[in-house]
Amino acid sequence: MVEHLEQMSFQNIKITAALGFILGAVAFGFLPLLWLGFVNGFSGFDAYLPRVVGFTLKQAFLSTLFSLLIAIPVALAFARRQFWGRDALLKLFSVPLALPAIVAILGIVGVYGNNGAFGGLFSVYGLSGILLAHIFFNMPMAVRLLLTRLDAIPAENFRLGAQLGFTSPQVFRFIEWPQIASVIPGIASLIFLLCTASFAVVLILGGGPQATTLEVAIYQSLRVDFDPARASILALAQLAVCGVLVLIAGQFTRENSVFPRTLSKLRRFDGESALMRMLDIAAISIAALIILPPMVNILIAGITNIHVSDALLRATLTSLGVGLSAACISLLLGWVLADRAAQHATKALRAVIALACLAALIMPPAVLATGWFVILSPIADVSRYAVLLVIILNALMALPFVWSPLFPAIADARLRHDRLCASLGLSGFARLKLIDLPTLRKPLALGFLMAMIVSLGDLSAISLFGSAGFITLPSLIMAEMGHYRMDAAAGTALVLAALCFALITLAQYWSRSDDHA
Amino acid sequence: MSKLFASLVALLSFAITAEAKETLTIYTYESFVSEWGPGAKIKASFEKTCDCTVEWLGLGDGVAALNRLKLEGANTKADLVLGLDTSLTAEAVATGLFGKHNVDKSLAKTPEAWTDDYFMPYDYAHFAVIYDTEKMKVPPKSLDELVNGDPTQKIVLEDPRSSTPGLGFLLWMKSVYGDKSADAWKKLQPRVLTFTPGWSEAYGLFTKGEVPMVLSYTTSPAYHEVAEKTSRFQAATFSEGHYLQIEVAGLIEASPEKALAQKFLAFMMTPGFQDFIPTNNWMLPAGETKDALPDAFGKVVKPVKTLLFTPDEVFKNRRAWMDEWLNTLSK
Amino acid sequence: MITLEAVQFRYEAMLMNFDLNVARGEFMAVIGPSGSGKSTLLSLIAGFETPLSGTLKIAGIDMAETSPADRAVSMIFQDNNSFAHLDVWTNVALGISPRLKLDDAQRRLIDSALERVGLKTYTSRKPTELSGGEKQRIAIARALVRDKPMLLLDEPFTALGPALRREMLDLILGIQKERGLTILMVTHQPKDAKYAASKIAFVDAGRIAHVLPTEAFFAGDAPRDISAYLKG
Repeated sequence: MVEHLEQMSFQNIKITAALGFILGAVAFGFLPLLWLGFVNGFSGFDAYLPRVVGFTLKQAFLSTLFSLLIAIPVALAFARRQFWGRDALLKLFSVPLALPAIVAILGIVGVYGNNGAFGGLFSVYGLSGILLAHIFFNMPMAVRLLLTRLDAIPAENFRLGAQLGFTSPQVFRFIEWPQIASVIPGIASLIFLLCTASFAVVLILGGGPQATTLEVAIYQSLRVDFDPARASILALAQLAVCGVLVLIAGQFTRENSVFPRTLSKLRRFDGESALMRMLDIAAISIAALIILPPMVNILIAGITNIHVSDALLRATLTSLGVGLSAACISLLLGWVLADRAAQHATKALRAVIALACLAALIMPPAVLATGWFVILSPIADVSRYAVLLVIILNALMALPFVWSPLFPAIADARLRHDRLCASLGLSGFARLKLIDLPTLRKPLALGFLMAMIVSLGDLSAISLFGSAGFITLPSLIMAEMGHYRMDAAAGTALVLAALCFALITLAQYWSRSDDHA
Repeated sequence: MSKLFASLVALLSFAITAEAKETLTIYTYESFVSEWGPGAKIKASFEKTCDCTVEWLGLGDGVAALNRLKLEGANTKADLVLGLDTSLTAEAVATGLFGKHNVDKSLAKTPEAWTDDYFMPYDYAHFAVIYDTEKMKVPPKSLDELVNGDPTQKIVLEDPRSSTPGLGFLLWMKSVYGDKSADAWKKLQPRVLTFTPGWSEAYGLFTKGEVPMVLSYTTSPAYHEVAEKTSRFQAATFSEGHYLQIEVAGLIEASPEKALAQKFLAFMMTPGFQDFIPTNNWMLPAGETKDALPDAFGKVVKPVKTLLFTPDEVFKNRRAWMDEWLNTLSK
Repeated sequence: MITLEAVQFRYEAMLMNFDLNVARGEFMAVIGPSGSGKSTLLSLIAGFETPLSGTLKIAGIDMAETSPADRAVSMIFQDNNSFAHLDVWTNVALGISPRLKLDDAQRRLIDSALERVGLKTYTSRKPTELSGGEKQRIAIARALVRDKPMLLLDEPFTALGPALRREMLDLILGIQKERGLTILMVTHQPKDAKYAASKIAFVDAGRIAHVLPTEAFFAGDAPRDISAYLKG
């Protein structure tokens, strides 16, 4: 009993520390700004604000809708089919997440722009361009997240469906939809937040100030006007819009218990009709057509321009170092949060955890950076700790990507092992080593990898805390572009994309090796 | 092992001597101190003339450097700020953090005589529309021709909310059209492909072949001439004149290294600093250089007229002009 | 009723080869070491796996081109026999029509099947709210409404206690008597086989090693591999 109590209190310390760290970081970011806004007498309620909020919601809503409308049939097709190149294509689906916006935009523009191979099909500038870029970034991520869920469906369900003569729509209705319906609210709110926070895409492809989002307006009021009063109002608006959204999405998230797959080999019996084949081929082709041409463009632009230099090697190592550190912190935080949420958390606690997970997406990085700076600069030389701050900001930004593969797996593992472990008196480090690490290896690897990819491609954190000699691959790309070296930048971008592809291959190799063990 | 030990001792003693030396901390914009910027070379060059260490802190751009200063206030670690331009200097002086430079103003070789007591210029260039000669045979000859020209021949501009050249072009429009600039923007709008967050993105779209024109500097063709040996990209000369960007540096009044900062500002006007400007920062030097400029700089467009608001005019009106732009174009 | 002639199947490194005859109305248990191919045998009959070669006939008809849905069998798995988000009644109703378009007679059929297996009061519950034995009763009720002449049971009661296992076997035996079903049941429990089956097939290393009447299987002079398995 005493041991049990000790264990409980250790649990409490862990979750309190993790939540305290995240919410503290966010509060440190936002409160100074709010205070400055209060002192300066909040201002900024004008005709501009509703227009900006309106556009922000509109583009984020449409981006989310289209990303999911494409991602769902694509994920279903991938789950149903085995075909040549399937694995490679899926790995490529992880790459957009790691690309700095400008790299992806140049790739998209190179294909669909005025001078591109498919130029003139539609305008890449204006709302259509913003949507295309957001689909490019988010649809493949949604496919991967949905596929993780579809892959967890027990084989017996499909066998039963086959015996009962389910048609493809019935397989969807009774087997697939109930599984993905429980994760769609989470994925949708993630995409929505990413699109709300999108900055370069909106500015470059938006075509002008008619396409202004809250994120852009906040940046403007912090940077150009240096108007904390207005910035704090805009940030409050962003917080309200996104926070409400996350909480609503949380209401729709049903905690389907995850069924362990009892039969390892999965054969599908549906989708044999010519029509379904055509539909699946069409879905995968559309996804490939969205993802591949811009990537090919990036490949062609970069392949002849990779010059191995000290700067490139240093930036690669720096990026890997930052990415690894951020991913470690993010994984640790995500694990603690997910573990607590999986143990009979109350509704309120669950909501707090959900908000903590998405905190760095809800609060613009520019706001966080400003607040941290105001708090820290009187007590320390912030530029000396720039690396640390960049790592922490990246870790927070990567948290939702760690969460999504980790939470269902932990919830499931707890369900399966808790009683047995309790009866054997297995706890603490022994349980971690013998039970949790081996069974959670795959989702942990996936979460770590996603976090690493997100931090590899991040430019916002580093440009906010810049310091001399601290150059990552995305900031090297910007530096090269800033000095007319567009070709060299294309080469560096390709190195970044290749690095990401290599990491995905490595992670899949790791997580697969235990399947055959 | 002994080698390792020796290098460790060397490292330690270096750290100790570095500590003992005076350190000059300079806030600047990132690209000044990047791999290809002049920062590292200037640091080495100045350190030879003093028993001191120069520490650069690269921050986004000039606006970011000024904002950092505002956030830090009196606690700032900066002794000197390098990389503001004349549309920011009045705002910078208003912070009360900057001190007078006491450098001979006649050393400044700017298109117009230098009069600022707080800041000294180190380079300058006029904004210009750069066009691709392979795609555009007849470039616009004036801002008016750009505004009223064929809307299928597009230009990429930078967003004035996030970019210095973007703000420069806004001021260019204002200095030519005055009260009628809203109408002019309205007419120009169909020609603008998009407004990018910064110069790099705009120039990237331009060299990718998306547009035949981009807003950049009169010095841009010199880069292509020197580094890429091509004269494909040229600056269009506008009959109304060109808006000028002058980049400046100023010292922090309360800095314990104020004397050293003053020394740096004087050094800034000499070849020891200026020689690294043309082919590293791709701007025109505002002081003495040892060598003559590369030939390509000789071909740089010399505007018939230089347009420039005073820092005070910009400081007073920037917000209103920006809002006007925003409201005109977002309808 | 079921005939397998030289039915070959490969699972990873293991090549299986089955010959088997199950007569109409027979209750045959399938016993053998883990990984010997017992479940695969049922999967081949149900059509979840496709043989490399050989002939598989059900009621005299070659099944090579017949989809799982068109085979005259119902199968009950060890786990996941129901859809977790649908209530008990709907789970059973899916056995009649995946479109869930039912007439009154069919509704009555479902109600009586649920009553027969003892789930009458649970019709609107979700499977997750039921015990292990009750979950398997859903599958049995569904097999009842499907009314196929053959029932394949893949270790359906392994997770249940001895008393409950016996109760479930009695339920199955009762239904078999009412409907004259042919049953093939994979099990790890020789006791269950002894209790319910009239014949036992012993599967070893991808082959049907022996098919014996139940008494002979448990007799002292049973083949050595069987007695070794029963002892071990």
